[in-house]
Amino acid sequence: MSTAAATHDDHHDHHHAPTGLKRWLFSTNHKDIGTLYLWFSFAMFLSGGFLAMVIRAELLEPGMQFVDPEFFNQMTTVHGLVMVFGAVMPATVGLANWMIPLMIGAPDMALPRMNNWSFWILPFAFTILIGSVVMSAFGAGNPSAPNFGWTFYAPLSTKYGPASTDLFILSVHMMGISSIMGAINVVVTVFNMRAPGMTLMKMPLFVWTWLITAFLLIAVIPVLAGAVTMMLTDRHFGTSFFDAAGGGDPVLFQHVFWFFGHPEVYIMILPSFGIVSAIIPAFARKPLFGYASMVYATASIALLSFVVWAHHMFTVGMPLAGTLFFMYMTMLISVPTGVKVFNWVATMWRGSMTFELPMKWAIAFVVLFTCGGLSGLMLAITPVDFQYHDTYFVVAHFHYVLVTGAIFSIFAAAYYWLPKWSGIMPNKTLGELHFWNSLISANLLFFPMHFVGLAGMPRRYADYALQFADYNFWISIGGFWFGLSQLLFLAVTVLCAMKKGEKAPAKPWEGAEGLEWEVPSPAPFHTYDTPPVVK
Amino acid sequence: MATEKYYVPESSPWPLTASIGLFMTAIGGANFIQQSTMADMEPSFFGKPLFFLGLTWLLVVIALWWRDTVKESVGGLHSNQLGGSYRQGMLWFIFSEVMFFAAFFGAMFYTRWLILPWLSGEGSNAMTHELLWPNFQAMWPLTVTPAGDTTQAMGAWGLPAINTAILLVSSITLTIAHHALLEGKRGTLIAFQAATVVLGIIFLFLQVEEYIHAYTELGLTLDAGIYGSLFFLLTGFHGAHVTIGTIFLFVTLLRVIKGHFDEKNNFAWEAGAWYWHFVDVVWLFLFITVYWL
Repeated sequence: MSTAAATHDDHHDHHHAPTGLKRWLFSTNHKDIGTLYLWFSFAMFLSGGFLAMVIRAELLEPGMQFVDPEFFNQMTTVHGLVMVFGAVMPATVGLANWMIPLMIGAPDMALPRMNNWSFWILPFAFTILIGSVVMSAFGAGNPSAPNFGWTFYAPLSTKYGPASTDLFILSVHMMGISSIMGAINVVVTVFNMRAPGMTLMKMPLFVWTWLITAFLLIAVIPVLAGAVTMMLTDRHFGTSFFDAAGGGDPVLFQHVFWFFGHPEVYIMILPSFGIVSAIIPAFARKPLFGYASMVYATASIALLSFVVWAHHMFTVGMPLAGTLFFMYMTMLISVPTGVKVFNWVATMWRGSMTFELPMKWAIAFVVLFTCGGLSGLMLAITPVDFQYHDTYFVVAHFHYVLVTGAIFSIFAAAYYWLPKWSGIMPNKTLGELHFWNSLISANLLFFPMHFVGLAGMPRRYADYALQFADYNFWISIGGFWFGLSQLLFLAVTVLCAMKKGEKAPAKPWEGAEGLEWEVPSPAPFHTYDTPPVVK
Repeated sequence: MATEKYYVPESSPWPLTASIGLFMTAIGGANFIQQSTMADMEPSFFGKPLFFLGLTWLLVVIALWWRDTVKESVGGLHSNQLGGSYRQGMLWFIFSEVMFFAAFFGAMFYTRWLILPWLSGEGSNAMTHELLWPNFQAMWPLTVTPAGDTTQAMGAWGLPAINTAILLVSSITLTIAHHALLEGKRGTLIAFQAATVVLGIIFLFLQVEEYIHAYTELGLTLDAGIYGSLFFLLTGFHGAHVTIGTIFLFVTLLRVIKGHFDEKNNFAWEAGAWYWHFVDVVWLFLFITVYWL
């Protein structure tokens, strides 16, 4: 292969786009790598969604229908892991890859080869994780896939974990390496690659939220690596981190895990805040209300995320002072989050609004994410959480913030920027069908979970009491409906990729602002080789 | 306005091939660990060779990758801005390493301050204590576990104190080398950097001696309860980092001899030096909290 060092002349950045398989396998181009991330995350979204369909099929009626409880546990576990690490996180990294260099006027990400490595680790890591499910379903003797929930609490994952737990641990290490490198790349790109005049407080909010997300990733993914390393040594090398007989404590696992886990949920939602903050001003035709307060609110949320982790553990028997501290800190997060919701609404206030597809998703995000936020506030109240803990109320809460929150905003981003990525306007009819079907089915799917949860239905069970039957039937119908609706999005993206549809101008949205709309659609292979000057 | 162009490398095969190496290491590693630590596993023999193949593969690919980077650096493709990217990237990488150690230090303080007192009945845990391990007493280092396993603590003022001195001196020699690099004093640079590498190797040698002492004389092993777990994982990961740092400094020493660095173009050298100081600081925390207090 031609190494870069060999070509040392003024024309080295005017090569044509590489073609064929090598273009994708060996890429150092932020747009191509972004595309790879986005397709990968969509594939994972459909895979994780398929596992959710198995869960909902089993829960359609009370009693055991399709799978045994052991397999059901593997479904809930791998569904969560695939959606968190395979669907949501890589999707936002893909958006970061595509958009951050365009938004700040940089020629590429700061460290392009490392960028490619961040991506190419993921297919291998998920081959390992999903391979264990395939083995469990079809392999000789059906060796169990990870079956301890996506939070992999000790001792379920240490003393009682199946053999595939070790593969799981190493695949988490691989995902972690990928995330850390991806995050370092984002931080360095933002700090070192901005076009002249692009001061920090002029950056689009998507760049800001991703900068803060990347900081969180670098800070907490290593802690996750520590947690799974302790698991591995507890499993095989006789250490006692999570074993009280040796002076350790299973609750220690929960502390280490959630010290990672709580910032992790903000890692999944902060980029969404940035997306929505780009889209709402564009379609309300008004500048974002309270830009600076948005930046400070994002930073506050990120800092607070380090001191709220034990609200996931109110029922483990912490001292009262501990639960109180974590309760108040958690409730404090609703202040900066409220600032954000207020600012989005204030941006729309008396704007000349139109409701193109990205705007529809963004508004749905604001309303439904707020629902999820409010149930989160309920869960934050310790005495109340004693009742809600590990019920479907929790499942309802985090699916509102992650599906109708993070994933809806990712759809919003896709509809908003697909013209820039592909040069084709997303098909309106299919897009409308996708939006309305998703909106109604997601609420049919997740809203009744609040009720069954409050009535006491525990999460992660393959069966339930008869009193929950009616709600669960409708939840499952909503689930299948939501799952099928996503195939419409597949059609939309495939049409764009095949260049079928209306051609997009450089700036397809009248009110959109930002450097990304100054380059043609589709964006050329290399952009901003010479940095633009931002006034 | 004339702007120096940012160097965006051509497509490169190394990221993908490195991922294949990681893949083999992970699959082989999981099987290797299971085969060598679990008695009831069905025998299979692919794990060990696959693990070592993957590891070697990974190291070779990384070497080739960095060879490309070195060529670019020597070929003058690295602008100041790219140097800035590398430097910032390295600092954030070191921050991620700090957080990795923080997980283990956090586990240690949680154990010392909360778990052990609770196991001995403090707080609202009187009945847990009474019912599970009524004879257990909290102490640090934990030489008698709740289950009754015993061990001896590693003292601070033998080998560990010598090792502390070695690392502190190595930081000084490295700083002298750093100044020599910036002032273009080649002889001093090579001599003091070589001394730093030698000190690193001595440190590692003494650390191995200490482990042998722990295993054979103190009964301090990985499975000796939470004290042994924390002791070996903290010092072990630190030792692994000293090993990487020593190799790092050795490679940049060879590059110094080849004349790759000058006062301005010296990212790899400084990255190695930062890494070494980071490893040093971790050791100071280790010495104070694991060995001494």
